[in-house]
Amino acid sequence: MSGVSSRARQWTRPPVLIKSDRLRWSIYAGALIYLVLAISSVDINPARIYEGLERGWRFVQGFLVPDFTSRWSDIQQGFIESLSMTLTATVAGVLISVPIGIGAARNISPTAVYLVCRTIIALSRSLQEIIVAILFVAMFGFGPFAGFLTLSFATIGFLAKLLAEDIEDIDESQTEAIRATGASWTQLINYAVQPQVMPRLIGLSLYRLDINFRESAVIGIVGAGGIGATLNTAIDRYEYDSAGAILILIILIVMAAEYSSGYVRKWVQ
Amino acid sequence: MPVIVRGNGKTWQKRASARQWSIWFGWLLLAALTVYCWQVMTKDTIWAFVQDAPRQAADLASRMVPPRWSYIDKLLWPLWDTINIATLGTLLGILFAVPVAFMAARNTTPSRTLVRPVALFIIVASRSINSLIWALLLVAVIGPGVLAGILAIGFRSIGFVAKLLYEAIEEIDETQVEAISATGASRAQIIDYAIVPQVLPAFCGISVFRWDINIRESTILGLVGAGGIGLQLQASLNVLAWPQVTLIFLVILATVFVSEWVSAKVRQAII
Repeated sequence: MSGVSSRARQWTRPPVLIKSDRLRWSIYAGALIYLVLAISSVDINPARIYEGLERGWRFVQGFLVPDFTSRWSDIQQGFIESLSMTLTATVAGVLISVPIGIGAARNISPTAVYLVCRTIIALSRSLQEIIVAILFVAMFGFGPFAGFLTLSFATIGFLAKLLAEDIEDIDESQTEAIRATGASWTQLINYAVQPQVMPRLIGLSLYRLDINFRESAVIGIVGAGGIGATLNTAIDRYEYDSAGAILILIILIVMAAEYSSGYVRKWVQ
Repeated sequence: MPVIVRGNGKTWQKRASARQWSIWFGWLLLAALTVYCWQVMTKDTIWAFVQDAPRQAADLASRMVPPRWSYIDKLLWPLWDTINIATLGTLLGILFAVPVAFMAARNTTPSRTLVRPVALFIIVASRSINSLIWALLLVAVIGPGVLAGILAIGFRSIGFVAKLLYEAIEEIDETQVEAISATGASRAQIIDYAIVPQVLPAFCGISVFRWDINIRESTILGLVGAGGIGLQLQASLNVLAWPQVTLIFLVILATVFVSEWVSAKVRQAII
């Protein structure tokens, strides 16, 4: 008991995380100064907020009493675009990221290939979806095709990195056993690596499918097709009940995807 | 290990044939669905534009370099705003996420039938809506500016932090809770002395991780008017000032890189 003082015989709690008193207090002081500076630089316009409250209330009402019917054809079109974009982009992304992931695993590929693949992964991961979408829309024109390319590109960085890390973590004794039978490199991948990483690869692909759907709702804002464009239009027109309907559908689809991917993962493993 | 008699010899196969066929059928179904989706998606695609893309890309690249370096002094203030949006938004999110997490965890929730479903719904709703969409809504409601960005980041962070935190709370060592409650501690004291010390490192890790993600997301919130460096991006895109766009991309990349480095260092120090 470090905190028992002899006079009061009272137990005081030892400090958490940071042991040194001086460092702890200087961190607290620094944080306080930053907070004051940061909050004071936020300009809040109370009149505008007050004015917006009525609109906010209308939005809450729109969310509680959503209007699915009056813009149904637009909403349907948006969701069809989003879902088809999501699936094709995930499949294309997985197909491309498997060879890149294998190439980026240090234990099974030569250094030159390793470096090239790691560069591709770093490039794909450091650029955000929205920025990539802006560039692809400028190159390929508006519409879901640019969205498809964006999501595929983002999938590559995510999946290839996690797959490569997974391959680096595999049980080496199995590769050794397969190698001892005189197997070629492709046989080595097929019989020693693939069975070990397949369940996780499927799990990751499903997770990425889920992420891609959520992202597809966003990249529409910059013109890359999908439900985001519909949502943006609905909010611009102040049709909060239609926007509420779209948001509820997004939440339901994400929930459904999360539950079903849990089942598929259990079934695969 | 199924062995199949084929002709006069036995052949080893990886799987029994019924399972083999069902797996094969599953892949066929996936392939068919993908092809169908591809057709639906590309129905309205104008292929002339796609064929034209390499030329467009070259054109764009020639416009984008060199970046307009002198624009940097107009970016410093928005950058400060961006960092504030991310930091204050994360703090706001944490503030709401902690009670939600305690309400959602099976072992600390006040009521499993009433409170827990509500907390789980808050988590799902906040998680499935991207911060850019939150910003879109909030800009419409409370007007453009940094405040909308902070609230958007905060709302999005609630679900993320609360989900990871409640999972951490559910995984704690129950014997410590038992030991504290054996001393006659109240509910609040049990949470304070038995649960909080166990989840604190995980909580700090999650918060820093979310802060890092929020820096990333707050750089683009300005596209819908929610303040930060994204406003400058939107303004430059609208007037097709590609050299400025390049510089903004570089600044965003550098910021993201620094925040990732900071978060990795802090998490290393904590865990």
